[in-house]
Amino acid sequence: MEYILTILIFFPAVAAVMGFVVDKNSIRAYGIMVVVVEFLLSMYMWSMFDISEAGMQFAVLIPIISQYGISYNIGIDGISLFLVIMTTFMTMISIIGLSEKRDIKNLILTLLFLEMTMVGVFLALDAILFYVFWELSLVPMLYIIGAWGGKLRIYASIKFFLYTFTGSLLMLVGMLFMGYIYYQYTGTWSFNILDWDMHVPYNMQLWLFLAFFAGFAIKVPMVPFHTWLPYAHGQAPTIGSAILAAVLLKMGTYGFVRFSLPLFPDAAVAFMIPMAILAVVAIIYTAMVAYAQEDIKQVIAYSSVSHMGVIILGIFAINTEGIGGGLFLMISHGVVSGALFMLVGMLYERTGTKMMSEFGGLAKTMPVFAVIFGIMLMASVGLPLTIGFVGEFLALLGFFVVSPTITILAALTIVLGAIYMLVLYKKTFFGPITKPINETLQDIKGRELFALAPLVFIVIFLGIYPKPILEPVNNSVNQLVQEMYIKAGEPITKAKIAHFNTIGGKTP
Amino acid sequence: MIQPISISFDQLNILTIMPMAVAIFGALTILVIDLFTNKLHKSFFVMLTILFLMIDLGVVLTYTGNPRGFFDLMLVDGISLLSQIIILVGSGLFILLALSQSRFHEYRYPEYFALFLFMIAGFQFMVSSDSLILIFVGLETASMSIYTIIAMHNRTKSIEAAIKYFTIGALATAFFAFGSMILYGVTGTVELGRMAEVFVSTDFANYPYILLGVVFIASALGFKLSLVPFHIWTPDVYEGSSAALAGFLSIVPKIAGFVVVLRFFEVFVLVEDMFVHYLLYGLVVVTITVPNMIALVQTDIKRMLAYSSISHAGFALSAVLVGTTQATNGLFLYWIMFLFTNIGAFAILWVHRRKKDKKYGDGHPFEKFAGLIKTSPVAASIMGLFMLSLAGVPPFSLFWGKMYLIGATISGGELVLAVIMALNSGIAVYYYLKLIVYMFLKDKVEDSEVVLMGNANTTLKAVIGISAIATTISVLFIDRLLELINYYVTTSGF
Repeated sequence: MEYILTILIFFPAVAAVMGFVVDKNSIRAYGIMVVVVEFLLSMYMWSMFDISEAGMQFAVLIPIISQYGISYNIGIDGISLFLVIMTTFMTMISIIGLSEKRDIKNLILTLLFLEMTMVGVFLALDAILFYVFWELSLVPMLYIIGAWGGKLRIYASIKFFLYTFTGSLLMLVGMLFMGYIYYQYTGTWSFNILDWDMHVPYNMQLWLFLAFFAGFAIKVPMVPFHTWLPYAHGQAPTIGSAILAAVLLKMGTYGFVRFSLPLFPDAAVAFMIPMAILAVVAIIYTAMVAYAQEDIKQVIAYSSVSHMGVIILGIFAINTEGIGGGLFLMISHGVVSGALFMLVGMLYERTGTKMMSEFGGLAKTMPVFAVIFGIMLMASVGLPLTIGFVGEFLALLGFFVVSPTITILAALTIVLGAIYMLVLYKKTFFGPITKPINETLQDIKGRELFALAPLVFIVIFLGIYPKPILEPVNNSVNQLVQEMYIKAGEPITKAKIAHFNTIGGKTP
Repeated sequence: MIQPISISFDQLNILTIMPMAVAIFGALTILVIDLFTNKLHKSFFVMLTILFLMIDLGVVLTYTGNPRGFFDLMLVDGISLLSQIIILVGSGLFILLALSQSRFHEYRYPEYFALFLFMIAGFQFMVSSDSLILIFVGLETASMSIYTIIAMHNRTKSIEAAIKYFTIGALATAFFAFGSMILYGVTGTVELGRMAEVFVSTDFANYPYILLGVVFIASALGFKLSLVPFHIWTPDVYEGSSAALAGFLSIVPKIAGFVVVLRFFEVFVLVEDMFVHYLLYGLVVVTITVPNMIALVQTDIKRMLAYSSISHAGFALSAVLVGTTQATNGLFLYWIMFLFTNIGAFAILWVHRRKKDKKYGDGHPFEKFAGLIKTSPVAASIMGLFMLSLAGVPPFSLFWGKMYLIGATISGGELVLAVIMALNSGIAVYYYLKLIVYMFLKDKVEDSEVVLMGNANTTLKAVIGISAIATTISVLFIDRLLELINYYVTTSGF
């Protein structure tokens, strides 16, 4: 099963090409079949995955441009394992729950292509290959937002594309520069990120960190580069928002973990506090903006930015707890925000509006829907015993060693999150029914329930028992932190990393 | 009294001019055939031209031996062979586009094909010499043919374009002659190799005069390569030419120009002459940036592509500035990738050309392509592919060229330039995306008078297909291609 990862990447794309032949009345079933098989493949891969092993598994290396050191180089470790599974899972759920009627064939085929690029990003171990999948993922998303979106869809899709594309180009320059540094040290070219263990001079590290930051921060998005996100979410169709929030945003934070931390340990430590401040600003500011929104979808969109801030904070705690928590939060936020966007989509489909003021008292007409929405909302806020709590707690715990002040400010995410989310819930589901249209709404059932039930199960199960995910994640993160410790060039960096990793009396 | 030339035939190394001789012989054959009959269909001439191009290519590919020949005027080294291959392949793809469904004025004349072959011979001379005189002759042969070919399209705008091109071309010619004269005056030779030796041995004596000569030559080549600020003619000429010819103009003449630029500036880049460095730097930066900005506001696709190809030329020129082997490799890689993508893009415009289109006339405004995905999904997808490739979205062909070139720029120590190039790619995405938005996301403008794909037939579709396939699977052959380029470039010492 050496090639399981290759199959995992290209199966959806091949299926999409073949799907052009399938009749448009049967394309839904075809799409669901493909994503279910893809999900099962990823589960199979998990079962083969050796949890106790921290390094790369199932690695494949085939040279593409040997003169310039570019190769098809993929592999998986504890850090990317669950992101891949989350990707295949969320794609499956959102295609099962898909209710779009227009041009369904094009939409499903586009989604399958998108799935290829998303899985590819998480598996690529060659910087250029990573970049290829990273950029390629923009094209299907552009089409999804632009063709099935709302009124301002074209503006939103172009803004999304331009913003991310420009940022990534700076990242490409950074990658090429890293390749050049490697060439200077060894005399051969390589873009294999596992090869890149040379020590980069401190000054250069800072600049390279910023170049990669341009690519990742826009994708995450971090304040002040977040302005494309509300438009993209506001205009995208339900499935677009769900996948955007669940998977595409995670690419940015994954990039920080995979590239910025191990490649530039000194710069990462040097930029800890600035990054943390940006994260805290994101957490507090966007939470306030979320509170001021009238549109339910916008509330969730801004809450995403806010939660991504917590993930960044965890990652830049540079200890096992923080990074592990950040990664866990990436999974949980993927599941929860995806679910929330789907729920809003279901509401929109029934009433044609997403404004809070148009609702009220929905709990009476749609009790099941209200319960599921409530669970997801609690998970989003970070209520203990839901999936949202574990990651948020660990991320904050991790950063507490670094700076208690910043952590306390960041912990406002739970308070502020509770405020805007509960207000949203109150306005939408409680109180008297004010609009006559809301009295006859159908509760969710059938396919919709079938799509949401697994999400509810995961939210509660992993909230109570997060170990299946945390253990492999921690193994790989431990190794990552050690690698950073070894590679760090400045003594102060070494001392800091050692200090941050003293939670529970252990030494790195 | 003129000395009798005593030189053996072997020393003449007549093989060096064989490729051009084939092209010229082909042109003359076509003219002779035309003397006897005028009933032959254009397809005959197209195929005849292709046959001659293929023989020409065969001669180029099998060329071995001494690069020097013909009284030392010829210099058939690696980059000469490589650029001749590019020229011939590009020309072959282009001339196939003449087999269009609609009948156009210029293709009724066999002279068109004769002129075309003369032009190829001109370009081949241009890249195979390091004597300024022969370069000049090659340049003029090619340019004269191009002026006529443009005018033969027989629209008001074509004639305007031809005259504009001719006037500007004449100015460039004068600059070139004047620059060569000054350099000859300083060094006493017109051969670039010897000139470099004289520069180095005299430690750049008469420096101001050398610079004056450099400026004149740079301006002349700037006109030919349409570098900013010598680019004003380009969009008008592209607009006046047929889409197919515009595609050709954006690729083949420029690779010939690049080779001359490479040869001319080699010595200055080598000795790190600051003035020339900043001159080139300025040219590269404005050539990349300014047309990008102008392209943002174009309403006609052909004009947009015209500006975009100026910007691409600026990208390629950065390789001359960097001057390392890797950068020169990058230049050729970039241009080969650009060749397929751009020929494909212009060919798509060409198949949508229709004679007597009441609404849009000869133009290709964005609206014409609105909602193309609904009416002809394949054409829209392929055009989208070309646009993404031009924008530098991986893994399509031009991305690899762009990546390699930016990488070479970084290795050459020009980090700021690399960032400028990257940011410009970011700007350029917008106008390529605009066409994609029109084709995929906007609704069709309902109008029964607009006929799409009016000029399509199997041959044109085949050309587009070849380009599309080359664009898509470029990642598979890029390693081989780089090896080949590297072989040719290193053998000629760049």
